Amino acid sequence: MSGRVMEQEQRSAAAGAKTFPGSDSRAYNYFEPKGRRATHYEDVTVDVQPDPERYLLQNWIISFGDGTPTYSKEWTALKSSDWHLYRAPDQEWERTHYQRQSTICGMIKNVIDNARRAGAPRRFDKAWVKILQDHLGAFKHAEYGLGTALMRAQRYGYTQMVNNAILTNSSYKLRLAQDLTLYLGEIALDIEGFDVDAGKRNWLENSIWQKARELVESARGAEDFLEQYFIVNVLFEPLVGELFRSGFVMQVAATQNDYSSPVVISAAEADYERNLANTVELFATLVRDPAHGEDNRRLLQDWFDKYSPIATQAALDLQPIWSQPRVKSAQFAKSYASAINRLQAIVSEIGVFSTQIPMPELQVAEPVE
Amino acid sequence: MTEALTLNKITSQKGISIGEATRLIADLGWTPSYVQDAMAFPTDYKISKTPRDPMKQVLRSYFPMQEEKDNRVYGALDAALRGDMFRNVEPRWIEWMKLFLAIIPFPEISAARAMAPLGQLAPGDHLRTGFTMQMVDEFRHSTIQMNLKKWYMENYIDPAGFDITEKAFGKCAATTIGRQFGEAFLTGDAITASNIYLQVAAETAFTNTLFVAMPSEAARNGDYALPTVFLSVQSDESRHIGNGHSMLMSVLKEPDNHLLLERDIRYSFWQNHMFVDAMIGTIIEYGTKNRDKNKESYAELWHRWIFEDYYRTYMLPLEKYGIKIHHDDVHEAFDSIVKKGYVHKVAQAISAGWWANFWRIEAQTERDFEWFEAKYPGWYDEFGAWWENYEKLSKPGSEIITFADTGYVYPHRCWSSLVPCVVREDFCVDEVDGELFTYASEVDRWTHKEAFAAEYQGRPTPAMGRFSGRRQWEEIYDGWDLADAIVDMGFVRPDGKTLIAQPHMSFEEKDMWTLDHVRGHTIRSPLLALRELKPEARAKHVEDYRKGFKIRRI
Repeated sequence: MSGRVMEQEQRSAAAGAKTFPGSDSRAYNYFEPKGRRATHYEDVTVDVQPDPERYLLQNWIISFGDGTPTYSKEWTALKSSDWHLYRAPDQEWERTHYQRQSTICGMIKNVIDNARRAGAPRRFDKAWVKILQDHLGAFKHAEYGLGTALMRAQRYGYTQMVNNAILTNSSYKLRLAQDLTLYLGEIALDIEGFDVDAGKRNWLENSIWQKARELVESARGAEDFLEQYFIVNVLFEPLVGELFRSGFVMQVAATQNDYSSPVVISAAEADYERNLANTVELFATLVRDPAHGEDNRRLLQDWFDKYSPIATQAALDLQPIWSQPRVKSAQFAKSYASAINRLQAIVSEIGVFSTQIPMPELQVAEPVE
Repeated sequence: MTEALTLNKITSQKGISIGEATRLIADLGWTPSYVQDAMAFPTDYKISKTPRDPMKQVLRSYFPMQEEKDNRVYGALDAALRGDMFRNVEPRWIEWMKLFLAIIPFPEISAARAMAPLGQLAPGDHLRTGFTMQMVDEFRHSTIQMNLKKWYMENYIDPAGFDITEKAFGKCAATTIGRQFGEAFLTGDAITASNIYLQVAAETAFTNTLFVAMPSEAARNGDYALPTVFLSVQSDESRHIGNGHSMLMSVLKEPDNHLLLERDIRYSFWQNHMFVDAMIGTIIEYGTKNRDKNKESYAELWHRWIFEDYYRTYMLPLEKYGIKIHHDDVHEAFDSIVKKGYVHKVAQAISAGWWANFWRIEAQTERDFEWFEAKYPGWYDEFGAWWENYEKLSKPGSEIITFADTGYVYPHRCWSSLVPCVVREDFCVDEVDGELFTYASEVDRWTHKEAFAAEYQGRPTPAMGRFSGRRQWEEIYDGWDLADAIVDMGFVRPDGKTLIAQPHMSFEEKDMWTLDHVRGHTIRSPLLALRELKPEARAKHVEDYRKGFKIRRI
């Protein structure tokens, strides 16, 4: 047998050119797919971040100065019998992520370009312009803060599936923060006197936004990366994010002659549906864990108890914004009730608790500024 | 003649300037006043200067650009199949992709994780967009490479080895080196790991050989997929190089950091050399069937990309900022490739343990010899007999080359780089915390004993990483029978007896080695054996080891 003989015999290196042991082993065979067959997402994601339980024969070979290994289960107080079971329901990998993000960028750019070309921003109601300037301008900082919190959090998960779900969440939040920034910067070119820096001032100083800022800073400040993830998707998003986006901007904008802001904002709602599905699946899996489920549930309850007062107050503090448009087409009470219902549905789905979240009393009649 | 009317002229409207856009985006951050940011990433560096964003790109243009790049990649993969690429591809080449693509997705995703500390440690928010893009880029690289590997597995004649890829990555003796490479991106001092080792050394210097030189070789072997994917990957690296340089400029502004920078640039350059040149040098030189004498050898590529481009235009200018650069290390790295046969000796070591791999390595033959001799004069005298022996012993039932009477001495493994100590004359030992360790070179000894320690030149360095785990693969299987170790690693084909690794490229079942062919030999850890020796015997062993060996023809 010589190399040359083999070369003559064996011309094609294509699948099926020869049959020999292993010649038909054409699937990754080192993990259990969640379904009957591995999805593309699973193939390109599972076990890329190894650990001593799954194949790291030599364990982690570098540690931090204090002896902590490259990845540690101690980075969250939540426990799992098997961190490897989790799969992100959105099944995102690079190609689907770019396709989705790019589609959103294209949609937003087209709408803004066309709106500006048609002179639409100049026809926005004056009171509405101030709302966009002050409050949408403030809100972009919240999105940015959440994106940076998640950028930190994506370092700490014990598996690739957990970390990549948090990574794409961070990517979506940071894109939205920039979408809003650029959108406001562009309509400012068309609206005389529009102050692009007013949003940050409101974010830092306006009492309406201070509890929201406290909540975002809590997400950035939590040492436990899953506590960060919990604050972002279980509390901030339904009580503040969706409340402001869907419960206000998307309902009110059209009556202020503004058809572009809801489009920019709408992408975030679709982003959140995916990020929420990933979040609920992760926390629900941990609550159902046969060994640690009850401890996990209690910890999630503790996080809920710790942060939900801030989140609830953050939501309530936004109420005056609903009074500011000249044409009032949405009621805070209804939007807030939807937010509480949404929160209720999320925590029930996760299994944190099933009792009704109390609804604070609200002034039903909207005050007029 | 009137000026032509274009659609662009009709539709264009004044937009926000790039400068204003980046100013507004950088202004998204704020100093928290209710709750301080979590700060869990340790560093011994002080950073006060805000790094600037050299790219000034925003996510709105980034995502469509990346999607377009992806479309080209996936379109090209489809075209390669339609063009029947695998009918003409060189199996010798694709086999090495089982190793390369087992390693590289982990360093990539580690780099994504590494953006967490950099994002937090960098003062201000100017570079956050750059770090964000890099984080998503690295997520791209990791999953696009897993996809490429899956594509090879589905379409190449021998999928065995691809099918166990991530499991193999965690267990193989050779991939240990890649794990060290990837873990070093995100463990220990955050600036050392994520800025200097990852961005300043790996991405700025060595991705050129990884992601540019290697794809060129792939194309010469009929593999159009690797260049398609990896040149697309490399196009993201310029962004990362920009991030790294900007962060470095912030770090070196503080004179107190200069000692640590000297340490980290030295460590990072040398360890990248040890890993990348071992792996990529071997794959480019020994995985190819193309022996065009007009193409550059790895040594020539190295001189162009690393010496001329990186050392002269990136490292040297750092001296004007007061950073001591270890010129001798750069020259020594080059000499190790050109004069000391580093790449050839790594290839020899990997082939000596072919049975422990999860890919095939075939013998080099006369056509290869001629090229090697032309590019590396004296090569045949030193390595010709090894490969002739290798081919003679490639038939199942032959003696395993590792244990044949060829004069080859199974190498020690370097405690720092985890690469076998193949340049015998540079081999050295030292004690750390009362324990004996082996090193491939003096810089490797320094890396373990001085750089990865709680103190550096009298300065406390509590954040610096430490070497940990069961670093030497040979220690784990010390005393094991070869066959049992192979089964334990799972490097056996689905029939339960045929090895995934083969020392040839025959796809005939009769030519394939099975567990029975390798049973009866015992793995020994050279380090454990050395530690058992008395001091005089140790010294004698080290002296003998440094003398090297001469391969006998069998």
